[in-house]
Amino acid sequence: MLNKYPLWKYLLILLVLALGLLYAFPNLYPDDPALQLSTQKSTAIVDEQSLQKAKNALAEANIELKQAELTSAGGTLRFNSGEDQLAAKPVVAAALGEDFVTALNLVPTTPDWLSSLGAGPAKLGLDLRGGVHFLLEVDTPAALKQRLEVSASEMKAALRNERIRYRSVDVEDGILSIRFLKESDLDLAETLLKRDFSEYRYATQQDGSDFYLNVSFTEAAKKEIESYALQQNLTTLRNRVNELGVAEPLVQRQGSNRIVVELPGVQDTAAAKRIIGATANLEFHLEAGLDDKGADIETLAFRDGSGRTARLERDLIITGDSVSDASSSFDENGRPQVNINLDSKGGKQMSKVTRSAVGRNMAVVFIEHKSRSRFVEKDGKMEEVRRSYSEKGIISLATIQTTLGNSFRITGLDSPRESSELALLLRAGALAAPIYFVEERTIGPSLGAENIKLGVTSAQIGLLVVMLFMLVYYKVFGIFANISLALNIILLMACMSLLSATLTLPGIAGIVLTMGMAVDANVLIFSRIKEELANGTPSQQAIHSGFNRAFTTIFDANITTLLVAVILFAVGTGPVKGFAVTLSLGIITSMFTAIVVTRAQVNLVYGGRKNKKLYI
Amino acid sequence: MKVTNIPFMAMRKIVAAFSLVLILISLGSLATKGLQFGLDFTGGTLIEVAYEEAPKLDDVRALLAENGYTDVVVQNFGSPTDVVVRMANSYTPTLGDEVLSTLQNHGETNVSLQRSEFVGAQVGEELREQGGLGMLLALAIVMIYVAVRFQFKFSVASVAALIHDVIITLGFFSLFEVEFDLTVLAALLAVVGYSLNDTIVVCDRIRENFRIMRDTTPFDLVNESINQTLGRTLITSLTTLFVLVVLFVAGGEAIHNFSMALLVGIVIGTYSSIFVAANLLLGMNVTREDLVPTPKEELEDDMP
Repeated sequence: MLNKYPLWKYLLILLVLALGLLYAFPNLYPDDPALQLSTQKSTAIVDEQSLQKAKNALAEANIELKQAELTSAGGTLRFNSGEDQLAAKPVVAAALGEDFVTALNLVPTTPDWLSSLGAGPAKLGLDLRGGVHFLLEVDTPAALKQRLEVSASEMKAALRNERIRYRSVDVEDGILSIRFLKESDLDLAETLLKRDFSEYRYATQQDGSDFYLNVSFTEAAKKEIESYALQQNLTTLRNRVNELGVAEPLVQRQGSNRIVVELPGVQDTAAAKRIIGATANLEFHLEAGLDDKGADIETLAFRDGSGRTARLERDLIITGDSVSDASSSFDENGRPQVNINLDSKGGKQMSKVTRSAVGRNMAVVFIEHKSRSRFVEKDGKMEEVRRSYSEKGIISLATIQTTLGNSFRITGLDSPRESSELALLLRAGALAAPIYFVEERTIGPSLGAENIKLGVTSAQIGLLVVMLFMLVYYKVFGIFANISLALNIILLMACMSLLSATLTLPGIAGIVLTMGMAVDANVLIFSRIKEELANGTPSQQAIHSGFNRAFTTIFDANITTLLVAVILFAVGTGPVKGFAVTLSLGIITSMFTAIVVTRAQVNLVYGGRKNKKLYI
Repeated sequence: MKVTNIPFMAMRKIVAAFSLVLILISLGSLATKGLQFGLDFTGGTLIEVAYEEAPKLDDVRALLAENGYTDVVVQNFGSPTDVVVRMANSYTPTLGDEVLSTLQNHGETNVSLQRSEFVGAQVGEELREQGGLGMLLALAIVMIYVAVRFQFKFSVASVAALIHDVIITLGFFSLFEVEFDLTVLAALLAVVGYSLNDTIVVCDRIRENFRIMRDTTPFDLVNESINQTLGRTLITSLTTLFVLVVLFVAGGEAIHNFSMALLVGIVIGTYSSIFVAANLLLGMNVTREDLVPTPKEELEDDMP
């Protein structure tokens, strides 16, 4: 029994360790607090000139800049401390103006040669870097209702076109019911609508002298609308988050009707929530003529609180969805205004309607979908009841002087903030369905920094304690185990970086816990070797069978723990997921280091010699 | 550590009674007091702020009451300058921002936001369900794995030991009214993994000994196996407990309860892998025929 590894095995181990070191290395470089400059407009680009402007403003404000550079995504201004970074944000934003977006960010300081190999530091979770986490729920019933209402007006138009007479159209509880006086009208309508609106289910009903056609969604159509609403909302939220100018945001679907939004570095949650959750949209209506009346007229109040009202046609010309670009500025009197560009379809529609309506008034209506939740007691339990409603108000009512085309402006807004937020929302698009916040977590930057410090300190102390214990208890073999343990942590960090897994505070706890558990495999092996030696087995034989016999045990014990960690990953969210990640990666890497790397060291020191005394 | 010869299994009746008492106390406490569920599971709003100078909590309460926030809990968090305000059933997601500005506008010293959390009641309920489900799933998968790799009796014994550990740890949290949040749930699952690891090591030795020691009774054999693995069980628990104590002391308030759950769970887990699993195996009359011949021999030579 010689206990020697062939040369290639040593080389392979060295190669793995070298790669581990290489990819774990960037974690030693601390991130720089930085400002990320970008632009959403085609008219403005981040170039040397704008960087110089920012530099000058910072010099004037006495804020020390570490480095300024142009990147593919825009520009980066690095600072020496978080305080400098926070102080610099308003200064730079003011210097560059509205066309540029400045976002707080942490930029890695990985040297170029490392990043060219794809190496970078592990991503930090929100609990370590600060930021906001939102969980939003898409109000799919509202999306269905909206769709039904749109269909209602389309169906009315279709019936009118075919001169089929109906009495009324109502939408209630997901059912659209059309009332007819004559059964023949009902039959005609049913044939027509079935042909033109195939996504619906139709049922007829007679009540006294009235005939009803009840229209509801088929299951397939319902699913499709729901998933469309979610998809559309995802896109809109991504646009809005981009407009907010957050570095490395996350907008992701979760389950069938939820969306996760994570904004690292954002501190002003009130503003973020206002933008993300806003369901504002615009509608353009013609003012109703004096002799128009009935169900096609809607009376709305002005938003300025003057109490004035106006009667508008229910039919709309276009909505905010047709807006291709919008920006805010001031009119000649210094009042806020929004300049709007329409896409080609919207522009055509607008000019078609306004051509025949010169001299009439056109109203711009601001619509906000809101929801109010109350807690009511039901069966002894408090239950949340949510009711959604829309608020409509007229922003402006102006005479159409000439045929309107692709671009025009609207005035009558309350404040510059309102005009710039409206412009932002119009640019980013409207939400297909209302959303509401079901979870929100904000972590301040100082808490994040403190969490990192606490995590790193406890990891260091933990490592020290375990290493001391192993050294005292197992002497020379303790050194082997300690080297393996250190390498295990390096490999674990390398894996985290390579997989770009997110490190959280519980994740650091997972690393610390792994240290305690990682030595377990070595303890198992060393106990076996000791047992063998106590039975009088020669040392080389003892080493060999110690490693061999402990293997099955280590394997079984670790696989079961790994299974549990995987389940934890599946059911956990956020920080808990981080724990599951480090725990499972730690189990895998510790099996390699504790078995293979420790064996290599033992072989290197003791292998090939006869009856040497083992210090264990 | 020399291989000991402690008659563990001679104490099996006393130990079983002890475990039973612990379980009864835990279940009793869980039934009467329940768990102190944290925000993650109940839903509600919480904000943590840092004051420049330590404020009097009564002043903070009074200030909040003055501004119409009556149903609030105000506590220190970790240090006297850190204050946590908890509100049950929140009505609006903007509540956190409003409370923060109230505190910022009325205090004499600087108040900065550390974190704020809002969890909807619905989400809380789902997290609770999901957590329970995850726990059951973990136990089921473990049971299947052990049944396949070992034998059915071993799988029952080890899962029973895990349930024992989980119930007692939960009982500890209920009895001492420690807050139970998502991180504690994670810790509990980690305890399942850890305790299982320990139990498997003992079971593995029992299986091996059934193959080698042909003339020993199951009773003596189980006892011998526990003694053989005792050194390893204790050393591993010790190193793990070391790092956990470090986490508990130096890891900060955010993972305080998390490390507490692990500490309690691992102490119980170590105890259960020595006493409970083996005890149950004997109770189910484990014999050599249950394991030999097993088809798993070939793995022995898979050593790198």
